Amino acid sequence: MESSYVHRLPAAGVRRRSRRAQAVSLLGPLTAAAGVIWAIVQPYRVTLLHPFGQGFWWLFVEPPLLVVVAGIVFTYVVARPLLADLEAHDAASR
Amino acid sequence: MLPPAEMVHWLFATGILLVGLCLLCEAIVGTEVWRQRPWRKYLWPGLAFALGVLLWPVMAFFTNSSIHMYAHGSWAEVLMLAGGAELGLVHGRLKSPLWRLTWPLAFAVTGIAFIVHEQNAWFFARSAFLHHLLGWTFLIAALIPLALVWRPRSLALQSMFALSLVTVSVMLFCDRDVAPVFGHLSPLAGVEHR
Repeated sequence: MESSYVHRLPAAGVRRRSRRAQAVSLLGPLTAAAGVIWAIVQPYRVTLLHPFGQGFWWLFVEPPLLVVVAGIVFTYVVARPLLADLEAHDAASR
Repeated sequence: MLPPAEMVHWLFATGILLVGLCLLCEAIVGTEVWRQRPWRKYLWPGLAFALGVLLWPVMAFFTNSSIHMYAHGSWAEVLMLAGGAELGLVHGRLKSPLWRLTWPLAFAVTGIAFIVHEQNAWFFARSAFLHHLLGWTFLIAALIPLALVWRPRSLALQSMFALSLVTVSVMLFCDRDVAPVFGHLSPLAGVEHR
């Protein structure tokens, strides 16, 4: 009886932690995917698709692409190092 | 050569989205893990402070009216104050958690400024609608950072704080200079563009 408790408790903890890791790893891709879906739904917002006759600002600031870039930057700069730290923290506390 | 006002809203929406995502991550993994790398603990307070600094050029260059200047100037001040206080707290220079009262202050001032500086009715155009909506959102959401001062470890409050910023970011991305809202566009607003 005692040994089964000892085996089950960490397993539940790992499952809970892995859900946290999954949530963190999904935030960036979901954000970028939202930007891609926006670009598909409203392609006229992406002026790079029809750049002729556009001024500097219309070519530089394209909201769906801003969302995609935010998602990518967040994934590589914040989420990936954070996931490494989270896994190290979980391994140390196991 | 200034960008159209809607583009300024979109650029700030991107910054606010990043702050919201960072806050959401901190809520998910917990403060202990979030602060394991020294640079990360300064990330979202630094971003918030930088957004406050960037509001000064907006105040200086987008001078549609005096009330616009007062609104943008007051946002710059309260956002820099809240971001700076958070930087001081995470660095350890500031000790009292009451410094976090700067966040509800920033939200409340922002909400009031949004409502006051939008002088058209809700259904005048999309930008007017969104300014009213953003103002009331900030005013109501100010209760979340206020509650966080006393319940800083609450996962629900941390998540709500982060999601309120993501919501604000979505509203800012929806902003257009001249566009209808739910089919309403005042003829006084000008000619609709994409």
